Amino acid sequence: MSAQTNAMRTPLANAEEMPFNAAANKPTLAKTITRLLLYAAAITISLFFLVPIYLIAISAFSPQQAIFAYPKALIPQTLSADTMLFFWNARGVQSALVNSVLVGILALIFSLLVGAPAGYALARFLFRGRDSYKMLILTTRAFPIVILSIPLAVNYIQWNLYDTLWGVAFAHTAMALPTTILVTSSIFIGVSRELEEAAQTLGCNRAQAFIKVALPLALPGLAAAAIFTFVLSWNETFAATILTQRNRTLPALVLAQIADVGAPLPFRYAGGFFLIAPSLIYIFFMRKYLLGMWGQVVK
Amino acid sequence: MTSDARVSALSPPATNQSFARRFESALPYILLLPSAIFLLIFFAWPMVQALILSVRTPDGVWTTQYLERMVRDVNFTDALRNTFLIILIAVPLQFVFAIAMGLLIQAKLKASGLFLYFWTIPLAVSDLAAGLVWLAIFSDRGFLNSVLRTTGIMPIAFSWLSFENYGTLLMAVVIAELWRATSIVMVIVVAGLQLIPNDYLEAAEVFGASRWQKIWNVMLPMIRPSLQVALILRTILAFQVFAVVIALAGRSMPVLASEAYNRYGELNSNGAAAYALVILIFSLLTTGLYLRALRTSEEEMGR
Repeated sequence: MSAQTNAMRTPLANAEEMPFNAAANKPTLAKTITRLLLYAAAITISLFFLVPIYLIAISAFSPQQAIFAYPKALIPQTLSADTMLFFWNARGVQSALVNSVLVGILALIFSLLVGAPAGYALARFLFRGRDSYKMLILTTRAFPIVILSIPLAVNYIQWNLYDTLWGVAFAHTAMALPTTILVTSSIFIGVSRELEEAAQTLGCNRAQAFIKVALPLALPGLAAAAIFTFVLSWNETFAATILTQRNRTLPALVLAQIADVGAPLPFRYAGGFFLIAPSLIYIFFMRKYLLGMWGQVVK
Repeated sequence: MTSDARVSALSPPATNQSFARRFESALPYILLLPSAIFLLIFFAWPMVQALILSVRTPDGVWTTQYLERMVRDVNFTDALRNTFLIILIAVPLQFVFAIAMGLLIQAKLKASGLFLYFWTIPLAVSDLAAGLVWLAIFSDRGFLNSVLRTTGIMPIAFSWLSFENYGTLLMAVVIAELWRATSIVMVIVVAGLQLIPNDYLEAAEVFGASRWQKIWNVMLPMIRPSLQVALILRTILAFQVFAVVIALAGRSMPVLASEAYNRYGELNSNGAAAYALVILIFSLLTTGLYLRALRTSEEEMGR
């Protein structure tokens, strides 16, 4: 269909657009200036995003006395791992890092285990209540997730989940689940139903057809949804702080140190950089998929 | 009729078949069940509990004392005002910048892939980390004061984050929020812009539309639906603003979520739930108002 329209359009386009294009491509002064202004804007915006990261990085990698020095130089005189080591060896930081990773992994496993089947059902079956369930899932987004943590803390004390990694992982799963369901649903819609049916006519039962055909095709999308949950969990501060006391995740530890104890500046800067570093790497590797994925996730 | 007969002839015995058919029709519900149960236990019921916690004592007596105490609290009006100011300033600016950035990406500059990478870095940055990044700039001995001094613009250090300088403190929080959350909106804008069929833009060109006319009359209307959803979500998230404020202002700028955190820290879950209730009510009100405003404007568009 689209090939056809293209074919139909091409001769016309060639005939009519050529002279227009020739004129348009001639760089006029006004065009060059506009172009330069656009580049200037793009570079200014880039600096707005990059300079703060550079500044927290040189703060985190300068000696501790340099953090209190004033005025500071924008190009550091000495680099040192001193401040980062101070943070790394501060009480609870290393175990909090382990906790953060564990909670993230648990949350992504739970959200996929619970969310992907629901997403599959919404994508593949026509059944009574399907649209209402989808609507219900969408509606959860109108509710602020911050307020979950307070009643959850009260419940967790009764359920022996308070101050456990499981408890935090469950809370993060609840936050990520609506998104996971909607995203996995759109992933399975993208996997052709005919392929699964073909596998079934060739002798697979329903489960085999799913595992051998639909799942491998959906895997990249499912991985993206899983990573989204991990990032959400890695960054989530409020619930993690409320639901833990000693088994802190990294953001919860840093926040509690700042809010309750008034942690020193070297701890704050090194902690800030430590929390950001993974996202730099992550966005770098994910940049090609970001638009599709976040476009999906936040839609 | 004939195909039915053939199917039944090929199928296993009738009892098995009816079981299989029943299983097939129950399957979607079986697949939905875990998520429904999970959301009930960890989402829906806690929401109701938050409501109950704010109006009932631990002994089960219904009361308005927690709400009254909250309203009388010295920080309550401040928290309410600060939260609203942050929303009213930061959210519109986020959208203006995000749309501008999205259009810049669409302008097909060289290295636009690199720009896009730089601009999406904050996507995966937590609000806490964003606050700490800007703390390094705005603190008393931070980089802003350093630059102002070495360039001789302002020889005496200024306390940008002091509670005595409310305006600059608010500005710092808003800038950190812009830095962190504009990327998310921009991704929605770019994703939406890329979905616009090229024919539309070409058609606009053929009819002699200028660059601005293309933006106003074709691109923005096309991405309007996704922008509307994003606006609702950003506003709801902004009502929960917390870690950015703690990182930059500590206790000198109470917001609704930080007051909930403080009540909880004082082992007063009911007081915390009262603040949670306020956040909940404003979030639902916002959603309702937006949806209503959008519906009426859509009706006008239709006329």
